[in-house]
Amino acid sequence: MRIEEHPVRQFDRGEKVSFFYNGQKMEGYSNETIAAALHAAGIRRLGHSPELHRPRGLFCAIGNCSSCFMTVNGEPNVRICVTRVEDGMRVEEQHGKGVIST
Amino acid sequence: MIRNVEVLVVGGGPAGLCAAQAAASVGAKVLVLERDYVPGGQLVKQTHKFFGSEKQHAGERGFQIGEDLLKEIEADPNIQIMTETTALGYYEDGVVTALKGREHLKFRPQRLIITTGAAEKFLAFPGNDLPGVYGAGAVQTLMNVAGVKPAERVLMVGSGNIGLIVSYQLKQAGVEIAAIVEAAPKIGGYLVHAAKIRRAGIPIKTGWTVKEVLGTEQVEGAVICQLDDKFQQIPGTEEKVACDAICLAVGLTPLTELCWQAGCEMKFIRELSGHVPVVSDNLETTRSGIYAAGDATGIEEASSAMVEGKVAGYSAAESLGHSPEKAAQLRAEALEELRQLRAGPTGGKINAGIDKMKEDGGVVHVNLYGYSH
Repeated sequence: MRIEEHPVRQFDRGEKVSFFYNGQKMEGYSNETIAAALHAAGIRRLGHSPELHRPRGLFCAIGNCSSCFMTVNGEPNVRICVTRVEDGMRVEEQHGKGVIST
Repeated sequence: MIRNVEVLVVGGGPAGLCAAQAAASVGAKVLVLERDYVPGGQLVKQTHKFFGSEKQHAGERGFQIGEDLLKEIEADPNIQIMTETTALGYYEDGVVTALKGREHLKFRPQRLIITTGAAEKFLAFPGNDLPGVYGAGAVQTLMNVAGVKPAERVLMVGSGNIGLIVSYQLKQAGVEIAAIVEAAPKIGGYLVHAAKIRRAGIPIKTGWTVKEVLGTEQVEGAVICQLDDKFQQIPGTEEKVACDAICLAVGLTPLTELCWQAGCEMKFIRELSGHVPVVSDNLETTRSGIYAAGDATGIEEASSAMVEGKVAGYSAAESLGHSPEKAAQLRAEALEELRQLRAGPTGGKINAGIDKMKEDGGVVHVNLYGYSH
């Protein structure tokens, strides 16, 4: 859910962009992270732990903890908390550790 | 290709930006590496007004301080900031590597200033890994930077200043706070913040903790329970809390990987919230030419991180021979500012920690990777 009115801040979200979450078309803004766009749409499950496949969500939001890894445009282990959402981006829940393309 | 850099600052938060500005102001060329796409560190998410004196921007809100600082720095021809760039390692030949997108970068700095900040501490309880368990900083980022509600109803764990301030900010953003639980018998943060919370009708339960998360896919509630005077859970005191998120505000710990890698002497100091590099008054570590400032040298506040940044920045520039007299004088002024900041009642803990860091003895960890310099 987006905060429309705030007593202290005004949010400069930038341009509207559309991206794909697990193949489903969604909306976000150019000045926000993938994590923010997904949370605004009510999506909190971002991936699964590699061993026990337990659901994973956002924890630190500063690119430190690795909890928010997702596959973005085919690339695994992207820290979506410090990656801006872009028009046409393909964002997918990650299963397993992912393979880094060379 | 290895790029030669005069002063390399790792971390573009309050300490790093002030270090860069200080070093540049006396003529050094500075490069700042920042892993986020917006520099400013935790300032960007702080909507509360700062305390202190005018010199430390008292009365201004954190994000405004960050915006002003960035404007000044962007206009400074001696400073370059590389965003979305994560420092990866410090090598024994003095090379710092970093990743920007898919590009692997190498720098050889004459002086290195480590201002990597802190990471949020975690707490052990069943279900703590489920979506909906957030660090307090993440909640602040979502609501104060992105303008997105992290949840509808939050259980806050920890009543230090961060727990209190973030609870109040959640309420401002239209999120309900089920309660604040605090393991200690007393509220940890400033009375002024706690009073605001109580006026807002939010209960602060001291001597309570979160026992477990309800839900298997995400947070659908929590069980809290009372603690005895040895911080052990008291059976039979469990209560269910309706909430869709649990926010952990249980402290921070310094991020010091680069200091470890560089072989700086490290000490565990409880008052400084973890392992910290042993530093001189000039904030130089035991490795000559490597400085550390801000939360990386011990958890404190953004205002002191900024002043520490200045101390490190002037020291580094002075050692390179940039207007050494002016730099020394400005550094002395910054040190006096720091002394004043820590003169208040809350500075006691930090001063005690710094004394411990400086005294001989204690467990000193050095040269973790076993290579020689």
